[in-house]
Amino acid sequence: MNRLKLTMHDSLVEAERHLRVIPRNIELLIFATIQPIMFLALFAYVFGGSISIPGFDNYDQFLMPGIFSQSLVFGSAFTSIGLAEDLSKGLVDRLRSLPMSRSAVIIGRTVSDLVRNLLTFCVMLTAAFLLGFRFGGSILEALIATGLLVLFSYALSWVQALIGLTVSSVEAANSAGFIWMFPLTFVSSAFVDPSTMPSWLEVVANANPFTVVTNAARALYNGLPVGNDAWISLLWSVGLIVVFSMIATRKFSQSTSS
Amino acid sequence: MTERFAVEMRGVVKRFDDTLALNGVDLAVPTGAVYGLLGPNGAGKTTSVKVLTTLIRPDAGMATIDGIDVVAQPDDVRRRIGLTGQYAAVDERLTARENLVYVGRLFHLGTTEARLRAGNLLDRFDLADSADRVVKGFSGGMRRRLDIAMSLIAHPSVLFLDEPTTGLDPRSRLGMWDVIEDLAADGTTVLLTTQYLEEADRLAEQIVVIDHGQVIAEGSPDELKTRTGGALLQVSIARAENREVALSVLAPMCSGRVEIRDDRTFEAPIVAGDRVVPSVIRALDDAGVDVLDVVVRRPSLDDVFLALTGHAASGEEEQS
Repeated sequence: MNRLKLTMHDSLVEAERHLRVIPRNIELLIFATIQPIMFLALFAYVFGGSISIPGFDNYDQFLMPGIFSQSLVFGSAFTSIGLAEDLSKGLVDRLRSLPMSRSAVIIGRTVSDLVRNLLTFCVMLTAAFLLGFRFGGSILEALIATGLLVLFSYALSWVQALIGLTVSSVEAANSAGFIWMFPLTFVSSAFVDPSTMPSWLEVVANANPFTVVTNAARALYNGLPVGNDAWISLLWSVGLIVVFSMIATRKFSQSTSS
Repeated sequence: MTERFAVEMRGVVKRFDDTLALNGVDLAVPTGAVYGLLGPNGAGKTTSVKVLTTLIRPDAGMATIDGIDVVAQPDDVRRRIGLTGQYAAVDERLTARENLVYVGRLFHLGTTEARLRAGNLLDRFDLADSADRVVKGFSGGMRRRLDIAMSLIAHPSVLFLDEPTTGLDPRSRLGMWDVIEDLAADGTTVLLTTQYLEEADRLAEQIVVIDHGQVIAEGSPDELKTRTGGALLQVSIARAENREVALSVLAPMCSGRVEIRDDRTFEAPIVAGDRVVPSVIRALDDAGVDVLDVVVRRPSLDDVFLALTGHAASGEEEQS
C-alpha cells in the first residue's frame, strides 16, 4: 500500500471508531443539539430588540451567521478532549506501536469531529429558519458561506489537536480547549459591529481571523458583496491546517502515556 | 553469523532530562522463549519495552526484533510485535468485538479477516459472552484479556506484556497467568515485565533482573533462587526446653546457619523444592519435639535484590 492510500485507509478506520459511538451517547447528543439552539434563541430575544446594525434591517440577519460561526468554532474543542482521552488511556501507546500512518490518528479524529459539527450545524440552521432567518442571496452563496465556516472550524480542530496532545489530562484539555474560544469569538464581529468597541479593541477585532470568516459568511448568507473576505478566510483556514497538521503530527509521534 | 534472536538489545542507553533510565542494557531473547524482565519501579523495565516497541528512540546502542532494527525500520518492526501496556489500551466506548476488528483493520488485515480473527480470539479469551457489550462495563481482568487479544490479532512474532497483572485482583491475576501460559505453549515469543518474583518464577523460563537501568543478573528461576539462598524455613516448637534438641535436628537439614528468633522459633535458609518440610516435621517428631508450625517463606523481590545488589528493591517511580 502506498503512503497516501495507507493514510486514507487508516484515517477512515479512525474516523469510523469515533462516529460509531455518537449514537450511543444520547445525552451528549441532546446537549450538543440544545446548546446552539439555546444560544440562537437567547441572543435573538435578549439582544434582538436593543441592537441595531447599520445596513441590516433586522438584527437576526446579522446575528445568526455570527452564532453559526461561533458554534462551529466551539465544536472544534471536541478534538482536544478526544485526543487527550486517547492519550490518558494508554491507547496512544498501542496506536503508535501499530504499522499505521502517524497522521491518521489525528486526521480521523478531526474528520469525525467535522461530521459531528455538521450535524449540529444542520440542527441550528433549521432552528434559525424557524426563528425567521432567511438566505438573502442564492443557495450557492449560502453553501459557500457554510463551506467557509466549516473549513475554519476544521482548521481550528488541528489547533485543538495540538492542545489535546500537549496538556496532561482530559480535564486540562477541557479548559485549555475552550478558554481561548471566548475572546476569539467575542472580540469579533460575530455579535456587534467592531466600530462600537474601544478603538484598541476594534483593531484586535478586525485583525481576528474569526471576524474575517464571520464577515464573509454573513455577506454570503445575506446576498451582500463579500469583497476579499472570502479569499482571506480561505487562506487563513488552509494556512492553519498546513502549519498545525505538521506540528500536531510531529507531537503525536513523540507522545507516550505517562 | 551468530544465533538470531527474536528480541535483542545491545548497550541501549536512554536518558530523560537528568535521569539515566537505561544505562547500557543487553538482552537477548531466543525465538519462542518466554522471558521475564524483573525489577522494581524505576528500574527501566517499561523504558526497555518502549524502546523495543518503537515508542521511544534510544540515545545509544541498538535494539532489534527478528534482526530488524527498531530505529531504522520501525514500520517493519511494528508489523511483527504485539504490545500490551500497563494501562488497558482499549476504547471503552466500543464493544469487545469492535475493538478487535478495529485494531485488525489498522494492521491492514481486511475487514473479513479481521472479523474472523476477532471471533476466534473472543472465544479463546473467554470473552464470547460479552463480545457485543461496550467495554466500559468490563472488569479489570476482562479489559486486560481483551487488551492481550488485541495485541494478538495480527499473529505477532513477539508479544510484549508490560506488567500484565498490575492492578488486578488475585483471581484475575491467576486467570491472566493461565492466559500467558497458553501463549507460551503456542510458541509465541513473550517478553513480560513484572515486579513480582513469584510471577516471573511461574511464567518465565529465563529471568533478567534489572536495576538502575542495567541488567544485574540473568538466569532460570531456579538459578536465581539458588543465588539468593533459596527459601527461608521457619519452625515453631511447643516447649522451650526442647530448644537444643530441635537445633541439633535442624542444623544438618538447612543450607545455612539456624537463627534463633526467640526460645521457640527458629529460622534457617533451605534449598527450595527439595521436600525439606515433610522431612523436618518427621525428624523433629522422631526426636520427640512437639512442632507447632512449619512455614517456608519463598524469596521475595527484596530478597533477590538484597542478595544480588546488597540493597533492597527501591521504590522509585518508573520513568516514561
